[in-house]
Amino acid sequence: MFPGDKQTHVEIMAVVRKDGLEGQNAPSGNETSCSDSINADGQASQQLDSVEHARRSLLLSPHPYPGRLIAVEGIDGSGKSTQLLLLERWLRARGYPVRFTEWNSSRLVRQSLRRGKRKNLLTPTTFSLLHAVDFADRLTYNILPPLKAGMIVLSDRYAYTAFARDVARGVHPEWVRKVYSFALRPDLTLYFRVPITVSLERLLSGRAKLKYHEAGMDLGLSSDPTESFAMFQKRVLDIYDQLAVEFGLRTIDATGEILDQQRIVRRMVREVLRDYDRERARGNYGAAGQTW
Amino acid sequence: MGPRAKPGKSWYGHGLPYLAEKRLPGHLIAIEGTDGVGRSTQIQLLRPWLEVEGYAVSNTGWARSPLLHETIEQAKAGHQLTVTTFSLFYAADFADRLEHEILPALQAGFIVIADRYMYTAFARNTVMGADPAWTRDLFGMALVPDLVLHLDIDVETLIPRVVQNKGMNYWESGMHLALGTDLFESFVRYQGRLIQEYRRLASEFGFITIDARRSIDEVQDDLRRHILDYLPTTGAFRVDEGPPANAE
Repeated sequence: MFPGDKQTHVEIMAVVRKDGLEGQNAPSGNETSCSDSINADGQASQQLDSVEHARRSLLLSPHPYPGRLIAVEGIDGSGKSTQLLLLERWLRARGYPVRFTEWNSSRLVRQSLRRGKRKNLLTPTTFSLLHAVDFADRLTYNILPPLKAGMIVLSDRYAYTAFARDVARGVHPEWVRKVYSFALRPDLTLYFRVPITVSLERLLSGRAKLKYHEAGMDLGLSSDPTESFAMFQKRVLDIYDQLAVEFGLRTIDATGEILDQQRIVRRMVREVLRDYDRERARGNYGAAGQTW
Repeated sequence: MGPRAKPGKSWYGHGLPYLAEKRLPGHLIAIEGTDGVGRSTQIQLLRPWLEVEGYAVSNTGWARSPLLHETIEQAKAGHQLTVTTFSLFYAADFADRLEHEILPALQAGFIVIADRYMYTAFARNTVMGADPAWTRDLFGMALVPDLVLHLDIDVETLIPRVVQNKGMNYWESGMHLALGTDLFESFVRYQGRLIQEYRRLASEFGFITIDARRSIDEVQDDLRRHILDYLPTTGAFRVDEGPPANAE
């Protein structure tokens, strides 16, 4: 609904965040000029366009930007973050301009989420909407600008996490898809699939205790965290399997050796970067001041 | 109309599927209208009147949820919000109040008076240039009010009222939309558009529109008349012994 150019009008006052862009990509003068056109009275036609958009979620068609968006998904303890880190190392070593963004890392909702979790104030719907705020904020500041500037954006978790977790918590699957209809479709989403027993083993060996929400304790499935985790994550896992089909996520068997998985990851990423490399060779990425 | 619509009540969209089906014998009355039109003054007068009539009343107001109130204030001060995050915040605030204030009060048989409802988000988002369909999708979890009373005004009447009362503030003047550098001009344009939008929504959703240009008393009389018109026809219950013991 708000592909980058439509989003700009409220952003004119936006402060580039400290973890935002390097100077050359900072939203500059053209943001201001965009905003001038917003108040135009041609609003009606603009709205019709966006109605069309909303009906066809942006997640369903490729994004138009010169950069590449690569996301990893999977239940807690699937090893996706490790794999993404290794991918990032490799891409950087090969000289690619890389930006990294992570689920639930926006400052905007940190306080509300922390307070809500601590005091158990969150309902499945507010939990979902606050994570959507986090996502929308990072999309605006951390994902769209680098993509428009031709960078590679690595995203640890994406909207699919909401589709899996929030629906496992009980929100309507259609509703949450509509909420996220402004999310761009990644060029590649890797789904690290792992059985509950394996993820539980990994999590418990890493740290002594399971987190309250990670274990879905808020749902009251069981008073035993391990049992609750197994029950909740099983739901999440089942939904992920369906999402993989619905959205064409690339499934990777995450029970295997780290090195073997990373080999597969890099092979898949290389495919996605083939055209990108060609453009890059021509010097066509990250052209400053270009409007996409 | 959701699949779980309750007798006499309906969800705007999919509702809240995870909530157990419960009877909602109370009444949800929304008061809509732009900034400074006199909603809170009118609500302050409605509440004691309804209580004298024997009804238990609960109030709820826009952006006042314990979960989000502070965060929204901070975020507005930080100039980091986009139309999208703005809308999502208000939807979250709304959902929080819906689940923690509105539904429990309706369940307990209260009249809930909502100072603004989802239509305010519809109006504002449209004026901000956001996708109206998306905004409406967000509020698919909302309960449709039993009665929407729309306080209608024109900008000419609104301006002196606002200036005399609390003055024009940055957000209510729509300065975030960069409609102009002058606060006054921006206020006139922004509020003018909001008023238009409320009127459009009034016909779309069948609000009862009340001319709010008149005196406080005249407006109050109208509001009471419409509320009385509504209450008996629903086979309204009366709380003769005061609010139920389990309420709040």
